[in-house]
Amino acid sequence: MSDMANASPERAKDIRAAAAAWLERRQRGHWNDADQAAFEAWLAASMHHSTAYWRVADAWNRADRLRVLGAPMRATAAPQRKATPWILRAVAAAVVVAVAGGAAYTTYFAAPAPKSYSTTVGGRETLAFADGSEIDLNTDTVVRTAVTREKRMVWLDRGEAYFRIKHDAAHPFVVIAGGHRVTDLGTQFIVRREEGRLEVSLVEGRAQVAAANGSLRPKTLKPGDVLVATANTMAVTKKAAETLTDKLGWRQGVIIFRHTTLADAAAEFNRYSSSHLAVEGDAVARLTVVGTFRANDMKSFVEVAQTIFGLKVEHRDNEIVLSR
Amino acid sequence: MTDTPDSSRETTHTGASMSTSGLEDWFVREILPLEPALMQFLRRSLRNKDDADDVCQDVYALVCEAAQKNPPQPVKPFVFTVARNLLINRVRRDQIVSIEAVADLDALGIAVYEPGPDRSVMARQDLHRLQGALDRLPPRCREAVVYRKIEGLSYREIATRMGIGEDTVSEYLTRGMFVLADVLNADAPAQGNPA
Repeated sequence: MSDMANASPERAKDIRAAAAAWLERRQRGHWNDADQAAFEAWLAASMHHSTAYWRVADAWNRADRLRVLGAPMRATAAPQRKATPWILRAVAAAVVVAVAGGAAYTTYFAAPAPKSYSTTVGGRETLAFADGSEIDLNTDTVVRTAVTREKRMVWLDRGEAYFRIKHDAAHPFVVIAGGHRVTDLGTQFIVRREEGRLEVSLVEGRAQVAAANGSLRPKTLKPGDVLVATANTMAVTKKAAETLTDKLGWRQGVIIFRHTTLADAAAEFNRYSSSHLAVEGDAVARLTVVGTFRANDMKSFVEVAQTIFGLKVEHRDNEIVLSR
Repeated sequence: MTDTPDSSRETTHTGASMSTSGLEDWFVREILPLEPALMQFLRRSLRNKDDADDVCQDVYALVCEAAQKNPPQPVKPFVFTVARNLLINRVRRDQIVSIEAVADLDALGIAVYEPGPDRSVMARQDLHRLQGALDRLPPRCREAVVYRKIEGLSYREIATRMGIGEDTVSEYLTRGMFVLADVLNADAPAQGNPA
């Protein structure tokens, strides 16, 4: 049983790499009879091969749990309503995002007869403009747009939007939200407005952020920069590309968590739902989650949290409470 | 590759020879969960992980060859006896460590007569382990695995999103599978504790 003749002349890591390669080829598609024959021959060549293959296939199958809910989360599966295209005649190059913090500055930036667009809680819309610029509106969001031949302005009154703006140096694009002004010199960025807080994430190009009243020195953002502004402060941090990609999960109808605390995850779900998810207890609130969830499926998230962490779930009126 | 009901579990121990798929099920259900304890045992004598992997893979092959003819019962002591014998042979051959180091399983704190870990318990731990496993993948590789596993994208869609060719997607996924198999079968808590 233990004679060394049974030891493989091949190294385990090589066999396992070969097993992974077979598994990958099998699930890639274009699998024909010749492939199948070659695969079976490889498997049958030694029990080392078979066991290595079973081992990697088992791990890959177990990784299905990553999909948590099993629901397909593809961009094409997400329902998307196109808002009526709004003709944008100006051919602008630079984009200006302005963030107004106080009511005083809102009037300062007020423009004649802007057009208003909004999404419901859990809703999502894309505004498409004639010049090719697009704005995606996330849940519970209100924007007003005023675009003329001379200037392009958008007010983010509430919520979150992803701007993809056609560059035109002569006609800057201005987005106003709260008490800061952000001047975008590039093309793609996310602006998210919350109570007393504004976040600008630069995906592509460049942007400049300033307080609308000029009280703070403007900051220039480069791709990957995330600026968080309050009434009196502005701080910029550099984020990994994937962090920004995660922030845009909502465009596919999903929320992406990476070691996000349960408290933050609940707050995120609450943005998309009329029912309220609450987390009781500091220890519970500090549990972290990783995964991709459908933004409109709080129930499944609750089930997962319940199963994984062994939490209690209580339904009170319009509230779901997670606790130990 | 899901848990097999207990009824079929009985049939694997009747002594009849197993079909290939029966053998695979048996291996996944009975042997793979022992990998953390087995590796822990092997690593005591073999510092080099590649060497330990080699012996681990040899153990799998030998155990499955034996099981084809007559499934061992109980499984765990059999697996560790095979491991010890292979280790002794290797130690003799390479003269790396002393024989005493591998002579007595009990002295090494491997509780061979305790039942192996329960797959359903492991499944609950998997999600946590998967989180860690993903973090250990190279960033681009991880990205490809996430697109494939979580979002269920096609190769073409992944290639487009990542701005790479489909062959590179293949490479990333292959690498991801390899690493996931290692991580998911390692570091399991509360196994192989002192008797």
